[in-house]
Amino acid sequence: MDITEIEQRIKKIVAEQLGVNESEVKNESSFVNDLGADSLDTVELVMALEEEFECEIPDEQAEKINTVQEAIDFVAANSTQ
Amino acid sequence: MILEHKIALVTGASRGIGKAIALELGKHGATVIGTATSESGVDYINQYLSEAHVSGMGLVMDVSNIEHISNGIETIQKSLGNVAILVNNAGITRDNLLARMKDDEWDSVLQTNLKSVFCLSRTVLRAMMKARSGRIINISSVVGTIGNPGQTNYAAAKAGMIGFSKSLAKEIGSRNITVNCVAPGFIDTDMTRSLSSDLQQSLIQHIPLGRLGRPEDVAAAVVFLASPAADYITGATLHVNGGMYME
Repeated sequence: MDITEIEQRIKKIVAEQLGVNESEVKNESSFVNDLGADSLDTVELVMALEEEFECEIPDEQAEKINTVQEAIDFVAANSTQ
Repeated sequence: MILEHKIALVTGASRGIGKAIALELGKHGATVIGTATSESGVDYINQYLSEAHVSGMGLVMDVSNIEHISNGIETIQKSLGNVAILVNNAGITRDNLLARMKDDEWDSVLQTNLKSVFCLSRTVLRAMMKARSGRIINISSVVGTIGNPGQTNYAAAKAGMIGFSKSLAKEIGSRNITVNCVAPGFIDTDMTRSLSSDLQQSLIQHIPLGRLGRPEDVAAAVVFLASPAADYITGATLHVNGGMYME
């Protein structure tokens, strides 16, 4: 799976999960500050990423995923697919 | 019917209050999965559900066993769909005065009565969050609010459910999931029938309505909380006790 595909899939999930338009989701977007996520949204987002990429994101890693780019980097480094 | 197309999971449904809840939810259209710890309990649940023309099934689940819980929920999701109404009813008593209470008596009551609520709620929550709707109804007890000698373990678990429900209600209110408790008083079940008749008589003296409750009295409160009529109620404890304790 190349990085562009990861990026597209993540942006789609973020848009769906946070109820925003996909065009608003930039790589540098912060889930909380730019896309209006609350703490529960962030948890749901992490669960959705785990489901989509069939990986487990430990809490201490999840805390470090605050932007779209950080999510992409995590998945690129950890996805088994 | 108000609960049509809803899947309801009722733990500890082979007798007493749990059985009444399962039947009452079914009567209002829900598909009901009732759990019991034994095969014979499950057979009995299947029997009374089919006699009442309620769709659903019995399921073996030991709620003190986390693997049983996750396997059971998976079975339900695969065969029927996502649980929309979770009723945490299963409970045990291991009464003893605290001075004589064994670790095991404490642990088993907390495990079965309270940890099961945590495990089951967590397991069904994900699908409820996605669906943006759901009902979690925890069967507490008047004992959790007023205390009872010989039941420090049971009272702690039942009071714990109330604090749990209020906290979870705050966490997931934004997802349109409600979490409430029903706190029965003294209900005529196997659990209270084991009390001496002297004790039963003295208990009744403290009940303004002058009788023990029926399992159906509790089931009606559960159906209400599961129904659209209770859309705006969360974090509440509904006391069904004939007035023996008034908040």
